[in-house]
Amino acid sequence: MLLIPCPWCGPREEAEFHYGGQAHVAYPEDPAALSDEEWARYLFFRDNPKGVFAERWSHSAGCRRWFNALRDTATNRIHGVYRVGEPRPVAS
Amino acid sequence: MRRDDGGRIDRSRVLRFRFDGQEYTGHPGDTLASALLANSVRRVATSVRLGRPRGVFAAGGEEPNAVVQIEEPFPEPMLPATTVELYDGLVASSLAGQGRLAAGPDPARYDAVHAHCDVLVVGAGPAGLAAARAAAATGARVILADDQPEPGGSLLGTRDEVDGVPGADWAAATAAHLEERPEVRVLRRTTVFGYYDDNYLVAVERRTNHLGAAAPAHMARERIWRIRARRVVLATGAHERPIAFAGNDLPGVMLAGAARTYATRYGVLPGRRAVVFAANDGAYAAALDLADAGLDVAAVVDPRPAPGELWAARLRERGVELLSGHVVTAARGDGQVSSVEVSPVSSVSSGGVSSIDADLLLVSGGWNPVVHLYSQSGGTLRHDEAIGTLVPDASTQAVEAAGAARGVFALPGCLADGTGAGARAASASAPARPVDVPRAEEPPEAAPLAYWLVPAADYAGHFVDLQRDVTVADVRRATGAGLRSVEHVKRYTTAGTAHDQGKTSGLLTSAVVAHALGVPVAELGTTTFRAPYQPVSFAALAGRDRGALHDPVRVTALHEWHVANGALFENVGQWKRPWYYPRPGEDMEAAVLRECAAAREGVAAMDASTLGKIDVIGPDAGEFLDRLYTNLMSSLKVGSIRYGVMCRPDGMVFDDGTVIRVADDHFLVTTTTGNAAAVLDWMEEWLQTEWPWLRVHLTSVTEQWATVALVGPGSREVLAGLAPGLAVGVDDFPFMTWREAEVAGVPARVCRISFSGELAFEINVTSWDGLRLWTAIMDTGLVTPYGTGTMHVLRAEKGYPIVGQDTDGTVTPHDLGMSWVVSKKKPDFVGKRSFSRADTMRADRKQLVGLLPEDPDVLLPEGTHLVATGTLPEPPVPMLGHVTSSYRSAALGRTFALALVRGGQGRHGERLYAPVGDALVPVTVTSHVLYDPEGARRDG
Amino acid sequence: MSPRPPGADLPDHPDRLWSAAEPKSSYDVVIVGGGGHGLATAYYLARNHGITNVAVLERGWLAGGNMARNTTIIRSNYLWDESAGIYEHALKLWEGLEEELDYPLLFSQRGVLNLAHSLQDVRDSVRRVEANRLNGVDAEWLDPRQVKEVCPIVEISPDVRYPVMGATFQPRAGIAKHDYVAWGFARAAAALGVEFIENCEVTGLRVSDGRVTGVDTTRGSIAAGRVALCAAGHTSVVAATAGIDLPLQSHPLQALVSELLEPVHPTVVMSNAVHVYVSQAHKGELVMGAGIDAANSYRQRGAFHIIERQMAAALELFPIFARAHVLRTWGGVVDVTPDASPIVGLSPVDGLYLNCGWGTGGFKATPGVGWCFAHTVAHDEPHPLAAPFSLDRFVTGALVDEHGAAAVAH
Repeated sequence: MLLIPCPWCGPREEAEFHYGGQAHVAYPEDPAALSDEEWARYLFFRDNPKGVFAERWSHSAGCRRWFNALRDTATNRIHGVYRVGEPRPVAS
Repeated sequence: MRRDDGGRIDRSRVLRFRFDGQEYTGHPGDTLASALLANSVRRVATSVRLGRPRGVFAAGGEEPNAVVQIEEPFPEPMLPATTVELYDGLVASSLAGQGRLAAGPDPARYDAVHAHCDVLVVGAGPAGLAAARAAAATGARVILADDQPEPGGSLLGTRDEVDGVPGADWAAATAAHLEERPEVRVLRRTTVFGYYDDNYLVAVERRTNHLGAAAPAHMARERIWRIRARRVVLATGAHERPIAFAGNDLPGVMLAGAARTYATRYGVLPGRRAVVFAANDGAYAAALDLADAGLDVAAVVDPRPAPGELWAARLRERGVELLSGHVVTAARGDGQVSSVEVSPVSSVSSGGVSSIDADLLLVSGGWNPVVHLYSQSGGTLRHDEAIGTLVPDASTQAVEAAGAARGVFALPGCLADGTGAGARAASASAPARPVDVPRAEEPPEAAPLAYWLVPAADYAGHFVDLQRDVTVADVRRATGAGLRSVEHVKRYTTAGTAHDQGKTSGLLTSAVVAHALGVPVAELGTTTFRAPYQPVSFAALAGRDRGALHDPVRVTALHEWHVANGALFENVGQWKRPWYYPRPGEDMEAAVLRECAAAREGVAAMDASTLGKIDVIGPDAGEFLDRLYTNLMSSLKVGSIRYGVMCRPDGMVFDDGTVIRVADDHFLVTTTTGNAAAVLDWMEEWLQTEWPWLRVHLTSVTEQWATVALVGPGSREVLAGLAPGLAVGVDDFPFMTWREAEVAGVPARVCRISFSGELAFEINVTSWDGLRLWTAIMDTGLVTPYGTGTMHVLRAEKGYPIVGQDTDGTVTPHDLGMSWVVSKKKPDFVGKRSFSRADTMRADRKQLVGLLPEDPDVLLPEGTHLVATGTLPEPPVPMLGHVTSSYRSAALGRTFALALVRGGQGRHGERLYAPVGDALVPVTVTSHVLYDPEGARRDG
Repeated sequence: MSPRPPGADLPDHPDRLWSAAEPKSSYDVVIVGGGGHGLATAYYLARNHGITNVAVLERGWLAGGNMARNTTIIRSNYLWDESAGIYEHALKLWEGLEEELDYPLLFSQRGVLNLAHSLQDVRDSVRRVEANRLNGVDAEWLDPRQVKEVCPIVEISPDVRYPVMGATFQPRAGIAKHDYVAWGFARAAAALGVEFIENCEVTGLRVSDGRVTGVDTTRGSIAAGRVALCAAGHTSVVAATAGIDLPLQSHPLQALVSELLEPVHPTVVMSNAVHVYVSQAHKGELVMGAGIDAANSYRQRGAFHIIERQMAAALELFPIFARAHVLRTWGGVVDVTPDASPIVGLSPVDGLYLNCGWGTGGFKATPGVGWCFAHTVAHDEPHPLAAPFSLDRFVTGALVDEHGAAAVAH
């Protein structure tokens, strides 16, 4: 059970959150202009690094806000959290 | 046998218990193990593979042998007798490695507690008490958890003094002092068994076990503590190690420290005449204490050439022979130890054996810090050559080990170590306050020898894992088979996998493997330490989340009426929905046919309150919905309603429902019952993460509204009677519009929508008014209540799919024959791009069709598949699709089904076959709209 | 002497398993990952295709990853034809595997019950049973009373929160002893000349002109004509070194065992809705799988609240488990694809082959995938049973969606 620092509510138990996978995967500007390969990449391909990962969480049992976190998938250490729209910080 | 005095037991009270059918007595303060030893019960178990007799080996949770079955007051399998506090009426029996579950349900209650603290100290031995004391002195919030009924740890089993008083008294006073502080909590009988990320630890507190049948029923038997600690001090002590020699599994072979604990804490001598076999000084203290307690200690056998002179002198004072430079080569006896064979180290392999009569052989190969929780925390371990074992190395969380848990074994060191660790741990939360270190006598120490294995020609009787019956010979067979990893050896031999999880055998196994491979132990490492540290009951972990509390039960505002009127219920997600309302003598089929007929020919009503309802409010609400629905919503006029479908980006149908435009900037969206939360989450995700500039707010209002669907050709009349102020005529109140009105005296929003094809109204009132509305409708005497069973038939007759029943995550709106709901005007919406992928454009996709069995009385089971031929070929049989919905229709006067069929929209009129049991049922493919395809009935 | 308790003993292993090898400079085929799939692939490469100059590289100890951590359930009652094809092929191989490998695998065809708890579960279950039968996979639909006959300890009272409304039953399904399976394959492959190199982590794939030429490892570089990935949860990390992105996400999956108990549970029970899967292993311990952690992680342990939920679910179905004890919990890292089906076949790099994305279902496929993947590597084209599981399906949209008919919507 991670202790996740919600940028709006402060540290809360992992069970209060909903996971959203990789952050910064924008919905394409113009999906119709994409090839099938490019569209498949958007639909199905997400980074899966062993190390620092920029990912999305939603504080679904709290403020219900989505935010981003930098977490190391090898250690589960959270390096930082940031709100939607804020730039990705440099991992410490 | 029981000593006349001494120990922390209450001799004034007698507890009666039964073990293997024999009646015995003991005293409060006993464990089952100490009471059995007091009654001179030697054999307490039978070994699992070899059927050998086994006796009590340890005094704590690391016990590998005395794992017993509790029979009464309630059966519980596999408890170490060393951890079972004795109570009156206890009935237990010995086991041969397998426990037994009770046949009946467990009547006990279980619970969980959340706690937060600045400092969690695990273990209330000298180091833990010192740490808690130092941390508490700063004012920090401290939790001290200990698995024993009273604090003190090792102090309870020795005669050491702290601050000039007996150690146990110091422990009791220190704990009492701690408990007076408002910010300190001392948890007894509480085993911290798991250490997870971000300093989250879990413990189990045994609250009523020790009370036996007297346990109060209202009190949770066990409860889980979920502790989030800023810092953790692990003062978990150490386990004594066994030594591998021939016959080291016989009853009467016991860890030296355990024997000392039985004598000191429980006033029990576990035998009459003992030999001590040890390679460290701690066992000398044990030998002396035991001799002073009245045990005849024949000899101390020590492989080291010259233990400290002070120890030698003390032994001489008590007439105990010291055999330095010697080892025990074998314990001998029939069913228990009766003699001990001893040999000089120099001539172990060449004989030179002498024999000593003894019924007790006390061994100590040294001490292993209990590093389990430290390892679980992610901390690394290092092999300490000096003490021949693993000690904590680098931590990855805010934790440190103190005292014996990090290899500091002498009492003054433990007290100083604990004090320092406690002060450091508190310093993150509170200003430092210097605390004096409790004082204790420094024992004389000679260097310990890491001694594991007495060499022999034949290792078949040298046990490394007593509980799994694994010998040195077994380990050597594994290395001989080519295995180099301790993990492989463990799995080959099963060493370390038993109930004790290798607490005494793990490192011994590693040492024996290293010896066999000719490499240093440090090179091998050890197996991973995993939670739980001690076994914990399923029921404790399940806690309260059982039975009615397993998952929330959601009911509508009308629920009590449904119950009172005999509804049977269907679980739909967490909701209880009325399924059908059988009248006396009716089965489901009869009830549903009757309800259907009422809806088609008269008036019927359904509680539709469980449909998800989401308010979408804001200037950009229309644009927001345009992006999510496949059709256009922004063009909807205030006062109107539109049906919509949502897809996932992969183009597959995700949910459907109606959208009401309440005001320019206010839409109300309905969702399927089971998907309400998912749809809201889905909307929030897109809004917050993709289109945050859209000025929209989303609010779940599912539970704010009660919704009644009033259905049937007579529904207009019934509504008119209930809502005299509402113009209900077909021109005044057209299909797919809504009106505000007072219905049954209650303010309502009435929608003219239909999920049945009949004239229908959906009446929405606040939940508070729901029952009043429903009762008024039923009081007309004209309206038949119906449930989901009938709703399913009515909608299927009209070919309306149910998401999740007629779709399965692989179906597009086009596949459902609903291309009309997919906008061609909108440049994009979620899912649109996927409709032009190769697979979604295939003509032979599975598409929704109707099926009419050629025999109109044959009802196809839902889930039946369809094949092209009237005889089945050998498997694999090519399948064309499957039946998603299948009913007996009152309106059609026959059975019918919906199905997803490969290229189905081009197969209307075709004959297919449905394998049902051993028969192939011929069916005709039709349009999925079977009832009133012209839509003539919706206006009544 | 008391008699041994039933099942408390296990058959002996052979005196000779395999020898640890030092890496050579070059092999015809290098298999990355010495788990069940890697070992089975190596065995069938040698046995079926005569390719014996093969090294299996394992970053830890052989079969110490998910192979050592799974709950050993074997079944082939999958919904879609593609899945039924490869899993049924595996099950048929399982049925002759002890003889084939000359190793006691404790393969026990005690059947698997998949419980249904809602009307939609019932529909989905019947659909799956009927599909199985037409695909030649044994399957039956049982009502609650019949469920009780197969597994008397299942709670079928209608008064529980989510009553059992029936179950699918595959009698030929069952369990096996995971270590024995791995060692059986390793021993047989070693006898055919395959080498096993432990403590040898692949740090990079070497690619030249679009063709794989070997691997870099923590024990030096090794040249290879072909490289077969069997790295499960770590596949993304290895593939990324050749610039290959895969639609995989790695998650912790936990499991646990109880102490040894007298036999109470004669079959395997799975429930998706109440999320339980449990069997009683040969020695008597209850083996139970827990849920998957939602967040990506390469930590071989999961969060504790998942275990707590698991226990609550288990006691709903099996009240008699109340006073059993959790002896040990552990976690593995599973690689999950968007459609919950594996990826087996060719990769964008010549001579590099993919076998990944098995999620929670890899163990049961072990011989089947070893057979098909060896064929794929040997012939440089997918085995027919593996062909539907190409990477390409994510572009065309022809997914093999084994999430099952999800949703409980109306």
